[in-house]
Amino acid sequence: MLRVEEITVRYGALTAVSDVDIEVADGEVVALLGPSGCGKSTLLRAVAGLERPAAGVVRWDGVDLGRTPVHRRGFGLVFQDGQLFPHRDVAGNVAFGLRMRGVAKGERVARVGELLEMVGLAGYGARRVTELSGGEQQRVALARALAPRPRLLLLDEPLSALDRALRENLALDLSRVLRSAGTTALLVTHDHDEAFTLADRVAVMRGGRISQVGRPDEVWRRPVDEETARFLGCGIVVDAEVTAGRVTCEFGAVGLPWAPDGDVRLGLRPTGLRVGGGPVEGTVTARVHRRDHVRLVVDTGTRVVDAVAGVAGAPEVGAAVRLALDPDGLAILG
Amino acid sequence: MILAAALPLGFLAVFFVWPVAAIIRLGFTGGGVGAVLADADTWDLVVFTLGQAAASTLVALVAGLPVAFLLARCALPGTGFVRAAILVPFVLPTVVVGLAFRSLLPDGGVAAIVLANAFFNVAVVARTVAGLWSHVDRRAEDAARALGASRLRTFTSITLPALTPAIGSAAAVVFLFCATSFGVVLLLGGARHRTLETEIYLRTVELLDLPGAAALSLLQLAAVVAALVAGAVARRRRETSMRLRGRAETARRPVGGEWAVVAVAYAVVALLLVPIGSLVLRSLSTKDGWGLDGYRALAGTGYRGSLQVSGVDAAINSVRVATDATLLALLLGVVASVVLVTLGRARSRLVEAMDTALMLPLGVSAVTVGFGYLITLDALPGDLRTSAALVPLAQALVVTPLVIRMVLPVLRSIDDRLRQAAATLGASPWRVWREVDIPLAGRSFLAATAFAYVVALGEFGATSFLVRPDTATLPVVIGRLVSRPGELNNQMAYAACTLLMLVTVAIVMLVDCLRVGSVGEF
Repeated sequence: MLRVEEITVRYGALTAVSDVDIEVADGEVVALLGPSGCGKSTLLRAVAGLERPAAGVVRWDGVDLGRTPVHRRGFGLVFQDGQLFPHRDVAGNVAFGLRMRGVAKGERVARVGELLEMVGLAGYGARRVTELSGGEQQRVALARALAPRPRLLLLDEPLSALDRALRENLALDLSRVLRSAGTTALLVTHDHDEAFTLADRVAVMRGGRISQVGRPDEVWRRPVDEETARFLGCGIVVDAEVTAGRVTCEFGAVGLPWAPDGDVRLGLRPTGLRVGGGPVEGTVTARVHRRDHVRLVVDTGTRVVDAVAGVAGAPEVGAAVRLALDPDGLAILG
Repeated sequence: MILAAALPLGFLAVFFVWPVAAIIRLGFTGGGVGAVLADADTWDLVVFTLGQAAASTLVALVAGLPVAFLLARCALPGTGFVRAAILVPFVLPTVVVGLAFRSLLPDGGVAAIVLANAFFNVAVVARTVAGLWSHVDRRAEDAARALGASRLRTFTSITLPALTPAIGSAAAVVFLFCATSFGVVLLLGGARHRTLETEIYLRTVELLDLPGAAALSLLQLAAVVAALVAGAVARRRRETSMRLRGRAETARRPVGGEWAVVAVAYAVVALLLVPIGSLVLRSLSTKDGWGLDGYRALAGTGYRGSLQVSGVDAAINSVRVATDATLLALLLGVVASVVLVTLGRARSRLVEAMDTALMLPLGVSAVTVGFGYLITLDALPGDLRTSAALVPLAQALVVTPLVIRMVLPVLRSIDDRLRQAAATLGASPWRVWREVDIPLAGRSFLAATAFAYVVALGEFGATSFLVRPDTATLPVVIGRLVSRPGELNNQMAYAACTLLMLVTVAIVMLVDCLRVGSVGEF
C-alpha cells in the first residue's frame, strides 16, 4: 500500500506540491485529476523518486522510501510519450526491466510474449520501436512497465498524446489490463473521461493541493467547491433548494434522489439543460455539432447558458427554445 | 556528482589555471608589464597579431559560407566527400600546414600567414554555420520570396540575420585560433613577421626574458577572454532564438543562381586541396627528379645529425604520447560532459560558467600554457617538468575542450525521461549510463576519440615547448628539420608531413563514416 504523507515539492521559490496526503490501497487505481500546472505530475515524480520532496514522506507498506533510490523502489512508470529505448526492438524494450532484475533468458522470453499478448501486440517483438504508431508505442511502454511486476504502476498522462478515437479505445484496454493483472496504480491526467474510466478513486488537484478525493461518481455529483465544479465541467453555478429528492432553481425543478435536503449550490454542465418543455425561454445564438448531440448557446434574456439538443431536429440559430433540467448533467456542491 | 565534477575541474585548476595565474603574477611582479606596455614594439606586435587574425577570419568566412550553403541546403551527390575533405585542414598539424604553404609561396610573408590561418579554419566556419543553416526553417525565405523579394534580397534580409549567431560564434572561435596561431606564424613569418604568440616563445626560449614573455601572455589572455565572451553571447542567442527544423526538409537541388554559389564552394574545396597536393609532390621530389630519399631518411637523424632521434623514433613517440593524451582527454571530457548534462537542468548558471571555463584552454595559447608549466610544476612532487608525463598532460588540456564540444551536444540531446524510464525499470545510475547513454552516444564517443587522437598527434605549440629533444614527437621534429640547413632535412620534413597527413586523413575519413553531425561545431 502506498501512503504519501504531507509531501511538499519545491522548484526554487515555486512550490509545485504543497502538503499533500494520499493513499493507494493494494489493487486500487487512483487518478490524480487536475488542470495542467496543478502539480499532479510533480507529485507522481516524487512518488517515483525522481523529485526530492522538500518535506513529507512516501511510504510503501509503512516503510519510508526517502532513502530508496528510483531503481530500487520497484515502481513502474509510463510516460505520456512512451520514451521507448530507440536502440532496442519491441521485445528488447519489454525485457529491459526483467534483465535489470537478472531474470533468466527463457523466463524473460516467455514473460515478454505474455505481455505483448496482453497489450494486443503479439508477434511484434522483433519490430523496431521507431516504426510503431503512437498508440502501439504506448502499448509497448505499458508492457515494458508491467513486465517486472512492479509493486505500483505510475502513469503520467498515458493517453494524452494520442488522437481521440485511439484514446478511448486504449483507455478501455488499459482499464482491462489493470484489472486483470490486479495492478496497484497511480494515474495522472487532466481528462475527466480518462480518470473516470480507469480509476477506483479520483483525487482532484488544484494549485499544488488536493481539493477532493472520492469515488468517481461521488466527485462527479458532489464537487467540493465552485472551482472544482467548474473544472469538472459545470459552466454555471446557481442557488437551489432541495426538498424530498427534488431540486428547484431558476431553471425549473427536477428529481434528484441522491441530493440532500436544504439550500444548496447547484452546478450545471452543458448537458444539464436540454431543449424541451421547461419553464425557461431563450434564443439560440450559436450551435455546434458534436458526435452524438448538438451543443447550443442560448440567451435567456438574463443569462447566456450552454445547453444540448438531440441531433435530429436541433433548433437553428435564432430559433426560440424552451429549456428543461436534465438530472444527469447536474452536480450539488459541498 | 561533486566528486565527478572535481576531476575535470581539478585538472583544469592544476594544469591550466595555476600555470596561467603564475604567468600573470610573473608579469606583474617582474616589472615586465609596465616596461612591455610602454614599448612601441609591443603595440606593433599587438596590431599585427590582431590584424592578421582579423584578415584570416575574414578570408575564412568568405570561403566558408559558400561551403556552408552547399552542406546545408543542397541535396547533391558528393556533399559527404566535401564534409570530410574540409575537415582535413582543420586537424592537420600546424607545422604541416606551415610547411605546405612554404612549399607553395616560398617567399612567405603576410599573405602566406593569412591564407594558411584561413585554410585551417574554413571547416570551422562551414560546419558551424551549416549546422544551424540546415535547421533554419526554409518557409520564412519562401514567404519573403512570395512577398516579392529577390533571391539576393531574401538572403540579406532573412537568411543572413537568422545565421548571424552561428556566423558570430564561428568568427569568434576562428579569430581566437588565428590570434593564437603558433606553428604557422613561426614557419612562415620567420624573423620578420611576429605575433604575440611567437614572440612569447622567442623571448622565453631564446632571449630568456621571462617577465617580458609573461607580460605578453597577459595581453594575449585579455584578448582571448574577450573573444570567448563574445562567442558565448552569440551561442546563447542561437539557442534561444531559433525555431529549428529537421535537416531533410531544408536540403534540395540548387536552382538558378544558387549554382554559382555551389561552384564557388567547390572551388574553395579544390583550393583547400592545393597545399596538400603540393606537400605530397615536394616530399617526392629530389635533386635528380622523383624519388623516396626523404622517406628513406626518416630512418636516420637528418643531415649531419640535426636531430637527437630518428624520424621513426619520433613517430613512435608521437603515437605513444597521443595515445596517453587521448585516453586522458576522453576520460576528462566525458566526465565533464556527464556532469554538465546531469547538473544542466537544475542549475543553468553554474553549468554555463563551467562550460565556458572548460573551453578556456581552447583559446589560451598553448605556448602560454607550456611556459606556465615550466615555472609552476616543479612545486608538485616528482618534478613533472622533467617527466615524460608532462607532454601528454599538456596535449590532453588542449584536446579535452574538443572532446566536450563533440560529446556534450549528443548527451544533451538524449531525453532525460529515457534515463528515468530505465531507472524506474530497476537500472542503477551506472547501469542507466551503460544501457542508455553509451549505446545512444557511442558513435560520438568513438568520433571524439579519433578526433582527439588526430589533434594530439599534430599538437605543436605546447609540445615544442615542453618536450625533451631525445623524446621529440613528429611535429616537433618537422619544426626542427626546417629550421636547419640541408636539402635532406627539407625532404625529410616533407616526407614526415605527408605521413602525418595520411594518418590524419585516414582517421578523419573514419570519423565521417560514423556520421556524427556535430564534429567541429562551436
